[in-house]
Amino acid sequence: MSARDEILGRVRAALADVTEVPAAPAAPRRSPVADVVGLFEERVADYRAVVVRTTAGGLPAALRDALPAGASAVIPPGLAGTLGLSGTGFVVDDGELSAAQLDQVDAVITASAVGIAETGTIVLDHAPDQGRRAITLVPDTHVCIVRADQIVLDVPDATALLRAAVLAGRPLTWISGPSATSDIELSRVEGVHGPRNLVVVIVESPQG
Amino acid sequence: MSGTFVGMPKFPVAARAALEDTQLRHNLAHATSTIRGKRARLVDEVNEVSSWEDLRLAGAGVKEAALLSLETQLLRLEETLTANGAIVHWARDAEEACRIVATVATSHQVDEVVKVKSMVTQEIGLNEALAAAGIAAWETDLAELIVQLGDDLPSHILVPAIHRNRAEVREIFLRAMKTVGRPAPEDLTDEPAVLAAAAREHLREKFLRARVGVSGANFAVAETGTLVVVESEGNGRMCLTLPEVLISVVGIEKVVSTWDDLDPLLRLLPRSSTGERMNPYTSTWSGVTPGDGPQEVHVVLLDNGRTRALADQVGRQALRCIRCSACLNVCPVYERTGGHAYGSVYPGPIGAILNPLLKGFGVDEQTDSLPYASSLCGACFEACPVRIDIPSVLVDQRAKVVDAHRDSRVPKVEQLAFKGAAVALSDARRLGFGERFTKVGLGVARRLGAAAWTSARDLPPAPAESFRAWWKRTDGGRDESTKESGR
Repeated sequence: MSARDEILGRVRAALADVTEVPAAPAAPRRSPVADVVGLFEERVADYRAVVVRTTAGGLPAALRDALPAGASAVIPPGLAGTLGLSGTGFVVDDGELSAAQLDQVDAVITASAVGIAETGTIVLDHAPDQGRRAITLVPDTHVCIVRADQIVLDVPDATALLRAAVLAGRPLTWISGPSATSDIELSRVEGVHGPRNLVVVIVESPQG
Repeated sequence: MSGTFVGMPKFPVAARAALEDTQLRHNLAHATSTIRGKRARLVDEVNEVSSWEDLRLAGAGVKEAALLSLETQLLRLEETLTANGAIVHWARDAEEACRIVATVATSHQVDEVVKVKSMVTQEIGLNEALAAAGIAAWETDLAELIVQLGDDLPSHILVPAIHRNRAEVREIFLRAMKTVGRPAPEDLTDEPAVLAAAAREHLREKFLRARVGVSGANFAVAETGTLVVVESEGNGRMCLTLPEVLISVVGIEKVVSTWDDLDPLLRLLPRSSTGERMNPYTSTWSGVTPGDGPQEVHVVLLDNGRTRALADQVGRQALRCIRCSACLNVCPVYERTGGHAYGSVYPGPIGAILNPLLKGFGVDEQTDSLPYASSLCGACFEACPVRIDIPSVLVDQRAKVVDAHRDSRVPKVEQLAFKGAAVALSDARRLGFGERFTKVGLGVARRLGAAAWTSARDLPPAPAESFRAWWKRTDGGRDESTKESGR
């Protein structure tokens, strides 16, 4: 008998006493807040990430300010030409840059799919304006653009919005602050393997 | 100490040795009290805007529903993973799982793999099996790296090197990093930030060159064929993203039914585990993504005793465990003995019930000693985000341990005691007769068998007369004039 059939047979035998499977109770929702963007800003900053608020017009300047002086940066193909950034330091990812090459780049600039206020999380669904996973992993600074209208209150709002991307087979990366560890005496240290600097640029909606 | 738990002594023996290690007790008390405080503050924060208890009920509910329909969920997971381009393997036990991983790695002619911290690969002894196949498995989580470089054993689910303080970590890095790759800088201090930076430099070269990555998974979503890894450092992202080949070993109890089921679990896990609103990184992937990450993705679905646990109607709730380690951090026993005394990669209260469930009762003395490694105070149940009633399972398992030894030539002490009690209590005359020997019996017990019991507890003094003797003498309390008959 194959391992598969044997394991499934054991599962069936183990659950012979089960006559019905009770449905899980619905998860509770967090009470609403007036200023979702403000909560997001506060919670992201709590992880010691840098948070900047700007407008669409102020975005190029905000991005330049977010990068260390003279830093090189990789940009996903879906963002190229839309940021008002130019210069020799900017590289558009063609999908061919190796991990070793990415390791020589100082920073990465991406858009995002969703921001979660309650937990201060940004989620990438790796659409063309966010690029493949490696580009937001290897460089040491990640500058991430979040539109104010992408920010939701809590995790269930985010999972609902992300469902389509997952069903389309896309990977997700949830980011809550810079890379961190608490492995030595449980004292939190920011910066291990992922980007040690995270800059979240919130772009206000035109009316707001 | 070598890198295996095989042959560990019974809990009471191992615990006694651990209790004498004052450094260990200091490290553990500091670490567990820190994390308890963080978790408690976040639970309070949730209760201000929502209900932690309702969240626990939802989290327990989605895990329970998936377990009770496990065959359906596993078949669906296999189907969706395969449709997403993953290659699904099934492994009955540790040996079969290790063989599958080694075969895949060997087929790519590699002599090393990079690993995401994973309890299940510890459970099956994957590193040792790969070493036997000539493949070095590099642990990339900081705490696992400390354990691996120190030729040590993990002692906590979340923070395997919780028993080490910063000075010890520095010493291990200075001594061992140079033997397996980039050496630690000579001016290394014991600042956690400096130590973390040394780990970053040491592991970077391994991440950038690795062709095969190995992981576990925190969750597997049947509906979408998606695996989820929850982590902090980014070493997980490195291992899941940069190699050409990814092999994930997933216990069959990790499956949840739908994508939406992740919501309560992703809210419960980081708060219970590291005491954070959200962990720094959560990665989800659904098989192969063209042009992004590993282009060959394997998933090994592992039993290794899980179906045995599932068949236990009281104990099966332990399979809801999401490995947060909150029960360890609140346990008065764990806080004093540390993880090694439990003799398993799963220590603490959850380990005390999970190990016997996975391995069976009456198989080895060490495992049989675990259900007794608890004061039954119930703090673990209170802290558990998926409401595993660990104290009830412990009590049930103590009975099962005794049951498993009924035919032993040397019966367990409590078995003899209860046999005696059954004889005495089943007949009024026998009880009356026995009561006359209470004083003598207690005196004998004090000198003989009860020494282990009385070393930490009081054995009550024998009463001057039994209740029945008093009733008879005083006519049920109506006549106190009669003198007590001396015995």
